Amino acid sequence: MSRPASPVQAIAVMTAMELRLVLRRPENLFATIVIPTVVLVLFSSISILPSGTARAVEFLLPGSIALGIIATSLVSLSITTAYDRSYGVLKRLGGSPLSRLELVVARLLSVLVVEAVQIGLLVAIAAALLGWAPGPTASPAVVAVAVLVGTAAFVGLGLLIAGSLRAETVLAVANVLFLGFLVVGGVLVPIDQLPDPLAAIAAALPAAPLSELLRVGLGTAGTTGTDIAGPLLLLAIWAIATTALTARIFRWE
Amino acid sequence: MSGTAGARAAAIEVTNLAKDYDGRPVLRGISFEVRAGEVFSLLGPNGAGKTTTVEIVEGYRRPDRGTVRVLGTDPARAGRDHRARVGLMLQGGGGIDPRMTVREVVGLHARFHADPRDPDELLRLVGLVGTSARTRYRRLSGGEKQRVGLALALVGRPELAVLDEPTAGMDVEGRTATRELLVGLRQAGVTVVLTSHDLADIERIADRIAILDQGRIAALGSPDELTSAAAPLIRFRLAAPLSESDRRALAGALAAGGDGGGGATVEHEGGGRYRIPGLLPTPGLSARLASWCAERGVVIVELRTGGGTLEERYVELIGSAILDDELDPAR
Repeated sequence: MSRPASPVQAIAVMTAMELRLVLRRPENLFATIVIPTVVLVLFSSISILPSGTARAVEFLLPGSIALGIIATSLVSLSITTAYDRSYGVLKRLGGSPLSRLELVVARLLSVLVVEAVQIGLLVAIAAALLGWAPGPTASPAVVAVAVLVGTAAFVGLGLLIAGSLRAETVLAVANVLFLGFLVVGGVLVPIDQLPDPLAAIAAALPAAPLSELLRVGLGTAGTTGTDIAGPLLLLAIWAIATTALTARIFRWE
Repeated sequence: MSGTAGARAAAIEVTNLAKDYDGRPVLRGISFEVRAGEVFSLLGPNGAGKTTTVEIVEGYRRPDRGTVRVLGTDPARAGRDHRARVGLMLQGGGGIDPRMTVREVVGLHARFHADPRDPDELLRLVGLVGTSARTRYRRLSGGEKQRVGLALALVGRPELAVLDEPTAGMDVEGRTATRELLVGLRQAGVTVVLTSHDLADIERIADRIAILDQGRIAALGSPDELTSAAAPLIRFRLAAPLSESDRRALAGALAAGGDGGGGATVEHEGGGRYRIPGLLPTPGLSARLASWCAERGVVIVELRTGGGTLEERYVELIGSAILDDELDPAR
């Protein structure tokens, strides 16, 4: 009798293929690698934005990492998934032994691998070219939690739009969200420097708490439990809400 | 073939299957059974309900009424174990990332299975070797995409292969290779369900055929059973077309025998092709036709008698629907 491969093998081969395909999408590499790197290097070098820190790189490194996470788990994932839905790729995979859960896990793993490369690259550039060093209160554990929960929130949001809108619409919406989070996500400018109404909105969106948690993790901002719990709780709410909503309304075809 | 298949268990059981789209009935309570190891074909004009039936069998759609069991399981609720036993070829061979190469996509799907076929061997069988195997999917022709779709359906050594129009858009070579693959599958005991518009191929390959029309089964049986139910027909081809007066004279000569040729009409089908519908092909009728031609030095290139082909039976059953379909393929 024909049997399926083990779930571990199915996830591993799918993840490897996802990563191979990432390299064949130059537009996605531009958003996930080039833009965060340019943001970090350019604005750290010319210091034209109010960072609120002694050196711009201390503010911009966590911000550019957050931007990279948004680019990978929201923009790239949503556009890829929407076009896969449009081309019938999800339908075909749904007829194979690979389960939907295994496909989602494979996509999530490939997102995390790309993010690991992004973070490594951004930290290396900041340290080698911009004289950055982690603050005395830096915590790799907080960075890891920020990356994981932030990824969950933006993957949830990305799949929500990918599974409910047409591919062309997803392309537009994802890029608008990316630009929006670039401005109000605490990436380039601290949200307390934004006009009041905009700052209030920014504080409720998932980008600002992600940037904030990364600043705590890299030792740029405070270290108290409140500094971590507030943004972490908000990110977790976004992750749970978007995942639950996606599970309800995602259309595979 | 169908006689031996009768003793086999059912691979697919469809009972009173009904499906509406926006209140428009697409399937109106069809029932049929596909026996394990047989090649079963669904025929019908566009909009007859073939693809809806196939997609319900594949588990992509749920019926509004009725039940479907595929290898003993409800396909809409089936898990990965069931999907490993069923190979699917989607219409147009689609559902593949355009950036993947042929070898990559077949290799990927192979590794979803515990004991797959060798992808390279399979690609050779469907005629995609060398450069074609290294070509990205988006650069393939329609026929080559069909071949990839066929390879994906077979890569997991399925017990049941469901193929939606496997030869559509293929060249002669591709259709021949597909036919040989299907024959090989039947010899290996694989159950095959296929839809097609290529009636000549279906007549040669299928053990049994269901002809769907407007959501109902218009006929179900082996190719022999279906064609023997068709009205009798004599068809012949001459080296050159007859004049109108000669055609009438021939009809008169055929009528002269008094053995059922009294109401003969000779219908022109184009070129040197003619048919005499509705008459039993008696030896006397054939002899008078041959004699009439011999007297006038007219060469008979081909003479065929019998219950007609599957295509003729199909047109007889579906009637104007197929002609409408050909006029408006988007229907």
